[in-house]
Amino acid sequence: MNPLTLTGLCRALLRRELTVMLRSRAELANPLFFFLMVCALFPLGLGPSPQLLATMAPGILWIVALLSVLMASDSLFRSDFEDGTLEQVLLSPVSLYLIVLIKTLGHWLLTGLPLTLLAPLLALMLQMPSSGLVVLVLSLAAGSLVLSFIAAIGAALTVGLKRGGVLLSLLVLPLFVPVLIFGSAAVQRAVQGMDSVSPLALLAAMALLSLALAPLAIAGALRVSLDQ
Amino acid sequence: MWGWFHKWSSPRWFYQLSGRLLPWLAVLTALTLVAGVAWGLLFVPPDYKQGNSFRIIYIHVPAAAVAMAGYMVMAVAGAISLIWRIKLADMVMKCCAPIGAALTFLALVTGAIWGKPTWGTWWVWDARITSVLVLFFLYVGVLALYEAFDNKEAAGRACAILALVGAVNIPVIYWSVEWWYSLHQPASISFTGESSIHPSMLRPLILTIIGFYSFFAVSLLLFVRNEILNRERNTRWVRELILADSKV
Repeated sequence: MNPLTLTGLCRALLRRELTVMLRSRAELANPLFFFLMVCALFPLGLGPSPQLLATMAPGILWIVALLSVLMASDSLFRSDFEDGTLEQVLLSPVSLYLIVLIKTLGHWLLTGLPLTLLAPLLALMLQMPSSGLVVLVLSLAAGSLVLSFIAAIGAALTVGLKRGGVLLSLLVLPLFVPVLIFGSAAVQRAVQGMDSVSPLALLAAMALLSLALAPLAIAGALRVSLDQ
Repeated sequence: MWGWFHKWSSPRWFYQLSGRLLPWLAVLTALTLVAGVAWGLLFVPPDYKQGNSFRIIYIHVPAAAVAMAGYMVMAVAGAISLIWRIKLADMVMKCCAPIGAALTFLALVTGAIWGKPTWGTWWVWDARITSVLVLFFLYVGVLALYEAFDNKEAAGRACAILALVGAVNIPVIYWSVEWWYSLHQPASISFTGESSIHPSMLRPLILTIIGFYSFFAVSLLLFVRNEILNRERNTRWVRELILADSKV
């Protein structure tokens, strides 16, 4: 295999990313447990009334999924930055755009996608009507991809800082607002028996847009973080 | 054209030119603000529904408008500093953030004060209010990121990237929140009635809007001049300037 063909390169990058992530199983499980635990806090805090939970479930699931993505993204570039891999990546002749695109996609495959698949289970626990389940999965699949890419911008900006954690959420949460609005709107419409194609289509459009544009910002932010 | 561009982007030139511009702008600010506010508060007839409480419009609307415009100034300056690595653009971007955040805060507070007598509540999760609140968060994010970096050059570039990403987000926030509310409940308060405002109320409003824009310009110039002196404090022209000042 010639490593410099585009597909070969992408495959190698993706394989590397997935291998590194799969070797630290705890890191993979943590966002999922976070998702589960925070969702379990809501019935405890709000009271277990099924009607109340059913009306709030779309919003709860979306907000907690959003926070889980945020938590998971903090480690996206951290270890590569600390062991110097990121500097080598910057020196390589391959475009940084491509590298961060594949890297963020790989990260999403092992964080955002499992969250999406876990969500229907939690929806049932929160008494959400089953009419919304398909839309919940679809909206989270597209939405978590957007969230991952936005969070990656924040992670790239803060990777060089000593205490990036809280700052990361300050930077990224306002940017999450539109995704949350469309995502929870899609699920709520589905639960109420309305057509939710248009918010889903908008989420899909955002996903494509962030796939195309966010890597530019991530690459720029990584250059800044490594320059200082 | 490029010669003009380079001349303008030199901090020293900008410092001298802005020094000459400042008095004029300051006079313009004072005249328009004093005239507009006095006219609005004292001479405009009270609104037939809201009585005198509507008069806060002469602070609220200009503050909100300039807060939005300030973000765009910040984003454009950030883009210029990223693309051409112009120091001056970097300083302008950095100085927009605190002024913009303060104006956004002012718009939120005056909005809440206005909301209490007219809507009966301090806060509504209305489309406009929410989008302005998010704008405030975006400003706060830029300020926090700038403070977090020790290396101020890297801080400037990081903030420029963040400001640009946020700028992409601003229209999205605006439209998505509109859309969100049209799904759930009809808008309780329509801001679109604003265009039907009576000319006697509109004219002082225009004056105060001009006043707030020129206030933004004055404070931006002051902030940038301060920043220039701070960053160029080791150059000869700044030392000469300070020596000349201390002799007088």
